[in-house]
Amino acid sequence: MSTPETTTDTAAPAEEAAGHGDLTVGVQGASGTGEATASATRITPGNALRPEDIALAVSRGTAKPSEDAAELALRLGDDALILAQRLGHWISRAPELEEDIALGNIALDQLGHARSFLSYAGGLDGRSEDDLAYFRREHEFRSVSLFEQPNGDFAVTIARQFVVSYYQFELYRRLADSTDATLAGIAAKAVKEVDYHRDHSAQWVLRLAHGTDESRARMIHGFQVIWPYVEELFRDDELTGRLSAAGVAVQPSSLRADFDRLTGEVLAEAELEVPQVQPAPGGGRRGLHSEHLGYVLAEMQVLAREFPGASW
Amino acid sequence: MASQTLQSVPAEPSPARHEMSPEDAARRDAEGQAYFDKVMAEDSRIEPRDWMPPAYRKTLLRQISQHAHSEIIGMQPEANWISRAPSLKRKAILMAKVQDEAGHGLYLYSAAETLGQPRDAMMQDLMSGKAKYSSIFNYPARTWADMGAIGWMVDGAAIANQVPLCRASFGPYGRAMVRVCKEESFHQRQGFEILLELSHGTPEQKQMAQDAVNRWYAPALMMFGPPDDDSPNSKQSMAWNIKRFSNDELRNRFVGMMMEQVKVLGLTLPDKDIRFNEETKKWEHGPLDWEEFHEVIAGRGQCNAQRLERRREAHQNGAWVREAAAAYAKKQARKQAEKETAA
Repeated sequence: MSTPETTTDTAAPAEEAAGHGDLTVGVQGASGTGEATASATRITPGNALRPEDIALAVSRGTAKPSEDAAELALRLGDDALILAQRLGHWISRAPELEEDIALGNIALDQLGHARSFLSYAGGLDGRSEDDLAYFRREHEFRSVSLFEQPNGDFAVTIARQFVVSYYQFELYRRLADSTDATLAGIAAKAVKEVDYHRDHSAQWVLRLAHGTDESRARMIHGFQVIWPYVEELFRDDELTGRLSAAGVAVQPSSLRADFDRLTGEVLAEAELEVPQVQPAPGGGRRGLHSEHLGYVLAEMQVLAREFPGASW
Repeated sequence: MASQTLQSVPAEPSPARHEMSPEDAARRDAEGQAYFDKVMAEDSRIEPRDWMPPAYRKTLLRQISQHAHSEIIGMQPEANWISRAPSLKRKAILMAKVQDEAGHGLYLYSAAETLGQPRDAMMQDLMSGKAKYSSIFNYPARTWADMGAIGWMVDGAAIANQVPLCRASFGPYGRAMVRVCKEESFHQRQGFEILLELSHGTPEQKQMAQDAVNRWYAPALMMFGPPDDDSPNSKQSMAWNIKRFSNDELRNRFVGMMMEQVKVLGLTLPDKDIRFNEETKKWEHGPLDWEEFHEVIAGRGQCNAQRLERRREAHQNGAWVREAAAAYAKKQARKQAEKETAA
């Protein structure tokens, strides 16, 4: 399993000329490895790790998560699932046809990651991705507040995506080195896609910040709305402590410096300040969610719950 | 390939048309027409750079932009179920499908733009109600089984219509259709698979599938357009090698395919008059409610107002984003120019 380069300079201002105007720059972070030529958006089923492969490995017993690894997979899977559910709403409502496609792509990537993580998490007790997505109750979900935040206007969606993408990139980049081979495999695939998401959101941050007075005001507002939920992403707890000791995953707090540096570079180029807002306490990792999640789940789960046990 | 003796006449004349003498302009038109006629006779292709009769251009522009609008409005009934798809795999497939439709809209708007109309103008015509789109999308997607019926029947009818369009005489349209048809055939298979799963599921699921097939059958047949004796534009489109088969011909062929496939599904089509006519060797179907068809086209369908309002809303809500992107691009271009001057 190859690991993308650790120097993450794709959003650095020095790269600007070749960077933000060029949608392909995002995948260059993975240069120098055998998979460097793989496209972020067109991964052939031949060498990609699909959710179905993980479900199969789990059912055959060739992949089985530890209790802690399963809990981590649940956390990351729920984050990605709820975000996919949010982003899917933009399809047919975006500002441009091109964005219907782009946001749809990002939603699809997130849904793919969610399915992989949940398939693996379910390996602990034999539950499927759909058992976990459709038949858990709200307090059993492990997503954090950021991913649950409503779409708002396009600027709020971009602000949320910007934070998510830079966080997920740092997270998956390290998780690709996990001692847990399945988590490493999921992360190695996901990091390439998330790299593209970083590029997409960074370009929009620059466009909106330097576009018109209105777009700048909306971008500033977007970050203000989203920033209270940044803190929770980097909070360590007992689980992450044990996972870190076992070499399964790093402590979330260790991602912060790179996150701050790289988002800071884009914000500086956009001539935006890091919003001075108070952090929300969160609690999603313990099942204490934002008020929004219940509605998201109600909509997502309604049909599956009308026909429990049915196959689709 | 088209002609050894006749030359293509450029669509954009130089000098400009209004600077030509009437005699020159007439001679130019005659040469253009001669080349065009030759291309039609040889069943070859007209490209955007070629002279073409104004009526041909107008017909194509109308047809391609309507087709693009249908893709864009057609995203809505299916987007309606993305958030409620009953499994994560189905959700992923549905998202990808609706996203494909946005892509089809893009290819088609691009093809139409080669005829001289910008995308934004076409969008305005759609939102003002001046331009039409396929009336099928004014029916509501009421249940999950509608995702199956739309894929199987609506996309199925679209394929039957569009495969011959891959050979349309206008190059960009024909080429766009090749790619669109590939994706549509995947869409149809996924629709069929949804119905197959439902019809082999619980009795309630099977009922849901049958109900969806019952509701989408007649509207899908009407997608081929009015009966031949009531289709004024068809003849000219066939002479121009845009259309290859008549509405009724395609419709009958489609009914035959449905009849075979519905057996595999274990469902029925809501039409007792379907039969294969041994004499004509053609499939026949029962009467269709053309009054309803014309009502929906006239704007009095279940979802006409909703679909257009949703498009307008998305467009209006996105106005500030498009303005920002344009302003940013302009600033970047200016910066780049300054850099170059300084260097």
